[in-house]
Amino acid sequence: MSVPGPRIKMQNVSRQYGALKAVDDVTLEIESGSLVALVGLSGSGKSTLLKMINRLVDPTGGDILVGGENILNSDPHILRRRIGYVFQNIGLFPHMNIARNIAIGLELAGESGAGDKRVAELLDLVELPQEMALRVPEQLSGGQQQRVGVARALATRPGLMLMDEPFGALDPVTRDSLVSQYKALHEKLGLTTIIVTHDMAEALYLADRILVMEEGQIKADATPAEMLSGGAGDEAEALVAVPRAQAAHLSQLGGKA
Amino acid sequence: MSEAWRQAFARVPDLLAAHIQLSFSALLLALFLCFPLSIWAARKPKVATVILAFASLVQTIPALALLALFYPILLGLSVLLGEGISALGFLPALLALTLYALLPILRNAVTGLTGVDPAAKEAADGLGMTAAQKLRLVEAPLAAPTIMAGIRTAAVWTIGAATLSTTVGQASLGDLIFAGLQTQNWTLVMAGCLASAALAIIVDLLLGMIEHAIAVRKKSRAWVATAILAIGLSAALLPSLQSRDDVIVIGAKGFSEQFILARLIGGRLEEAGYEIEYRDGLGSAVVFQAVMAGDIDISIDYSGTIWTNQMKRTAAVPTPQMLDEIAGWVSAEYGGNMLGALGFENTYAFAVRPEDAADRGLATLDDLARYSSTFSFGTDLEFLERPEWDMVKSAYPMRFKEERSFNPTFMYPALSSGEVDVISAFSSDGRIAANGFVVLEDTKGAVPSYEAMILIAPNRRNEKPFVEAIKPLIGAITVENMREANYRVDRDADKQTPEQAAKWLDRRLRNGKVE
Repeated sequence: MSVPGPRIKMQNVSRQYGALKAVDDVTLEIESGSLVALVGLSGSGKSTLLKMINRLVDPTGGDILVGGENILNSDPHILRRRIGYVFQNIGLFPHMNIARNIAIGLELAGESGAGDKRVAELLDLVELPQEMALRVPEQLSGGQQQRVGVARALATRPGLMLMDEPFGALDPVTRDSLVSQYKALHEKLGLTTIIVTHDMAEALYLADRILVMEEGQIKADATPAEMLSGGAGDEAEALVAVPRAQAAHLSQLGGKA
Repeated sequence: MSEAWRQAFARVPDLLAAHIQLSFSALLLALFLCFPLSIWAARKPKVATVILAFASLVQTIPALALLALFYPILLGLSVLLGEGISALGFLPALLALTLYALLPILRNAVTGLTGVDPAAKEAADGLGMTAAQKLRLVEAPLAAPTIMAGIRTAAVWTIGAATLSTTVGQASLGDLIFAGLQTQNWTLVMAGCLASAALAIIVDLLLGMIEHAIAVRKKSRAWVATAILAIGLSAALLPSLQSRDDVIVIGAKGFSEQFILARLIGGRLEEAGYEIEYRDGLGSAVVFQAVMAGDIDISIDYSGTIWTNQMKRTAAVPTPQMLDEIAGWVSAEYGGNMLGALGFENTYAFAVRPEDAADRGLATLDDLARYSSTFSFGTDLEFLERPEWDMVKSAYPMRFKEERSFNPTFMYPALSSGEVDVISAFSSDGRIAANGFVVLEDTKGAVPSYEAMILIAPNRRNEKPFVEAIKPLIGAITVENMREANYRVDRDADKQTPEQAAKWLDRRLRNGKVE
């Protein structure tokens, strides 16, 4: 069932807010089927860069191609229906039950006939029990809600997933299990995934390529292994230093015990 | 239930239906306007500021004034656009109430739409909803409880304010309240108040039920309440589906004599096979314009009123000549028909307490002018603004200590109790004689004559059975008979309704002829 996810190509992409360059002349290629983490501090432009791909934010310069096609060629709502989008605040619709929340993309595409079966599949996929289908969002925990968020994004079988700090608001245990489950899903479905996070440890664990952003520019572009070996530049090193120090501290504590 | 209550409530169903039709139409029109406006305002904060400021401004205008303002506006429009716009009745009432309903609906809709969780909106965008889909599937349902609360407020306001539409000639439960206030028939006032309050409470409860059902997402309950509302509404709309082509509308200003004469005419027309509708409590200026525009078919007006207010004449002329000139003018100017005078005069009569008249030797307006600086002057609501007052003042130099306006009902008690010392009474009012008040003579003839006369709308002016049915009333009513009929309605004890007084007067007229 897995069609490999599309390639992404960005050519001199910029986004300016008045005098402020949120994204400054980024040129970048992302391979089909890769899981790329965009890492950086708050205000580094990583979310803006992500949201330009599904036109939640329109670029002020440059071109973006998804699967070889310029994103400006289709209407924003048509483009977005082919791209999964998951974000920190989840945004489940409180007046719809879980089944309808998951199937809403199919409804928009006029395929709601296949809804029930697809909802059951998706609940399995994100490891939620079937009886959740008839509940409403407020009856679910934060982790369960974000699983629904992922299921909703996957409902229309998009090849590309954009995730904006998807697990940022969850407790560490829930977050850890979701991160590893998503990694498995990504591989199983052959998706192309771009995930924005400010957590280097999560990026190192999850991604097969890490882009470090600062002041609207990509300052480092490396695999997790390269990041850890210190060959990715100063900005990357500053971010890697944090989990490295924590790990060292933990192993020190362990050694003492 | 006593006879008075039974009679009062007998009028409720028709007026309630008219009240519901009016309130519902105004609410529907307001919703129609608010739908695009609130969406626009929710997307553009600057637009919201302007629209809400306008709606708030409208809200500060008293409902009564708003209704009154639409009359001249529509009159102007109908002059510009020709036929087809009626300045009286349903249209001005509808427009004023609609404007009045805008604020609560708009304010709540904008609050509701802008208050939708930004995460839900971002998700809607991310999923690829169009703006319309986002509105329909996400924003509107989430804002619905707030929007519904606004509609509920607007509904209650509209139902309450609709009672005021009586003053522009639109039938509503206000007819009972205004007529009852005028004739001191408190049963009638209570019937009108109770009916409109009950309507407001029931509608509020049902809309509240819908609002709550939306908030807790119980669709079935919302449908039940909607169904009850729909049933009530269709019951109210049913009568208006019947043909109303040959209904005669009789207009009356807001005092007992007018109510009685309207019923007298109505009775005669019913005998001739016509169906009758009454528009009571209209303003003086409104009633003349309305009959000339054909919004009402027939009314009783007074020669002096037309002479000074409509024809803008100031010179006093002998009564027969005045009537001739008015008939000619009405016909030439509007194509209306001044059928003839009823035979009695209802002029402004300055009345004082008998003891004052005796102690100070008051007999004429000249005498009054001498004492005016120590007297308080009580008038009806419009006298001080009327040209007749200027005429009196220029003939008899008066300056009162104080000038106060009353609803005519309360003007007579004010004189008896000494709150005021002289009133601009109506000469055909039975309460002058009943209280023993002394009428001061207008020796200089400053006040023009106020012969009661019948005005017929242009479209009925030559309708034979219609005119024939009313013609016997010309010259038939003496001032004594009119005073007695008026007093039957206006007295404090053993009060009669205008219908009863009209029946008494009718019998008197027929017997008079036989004798």
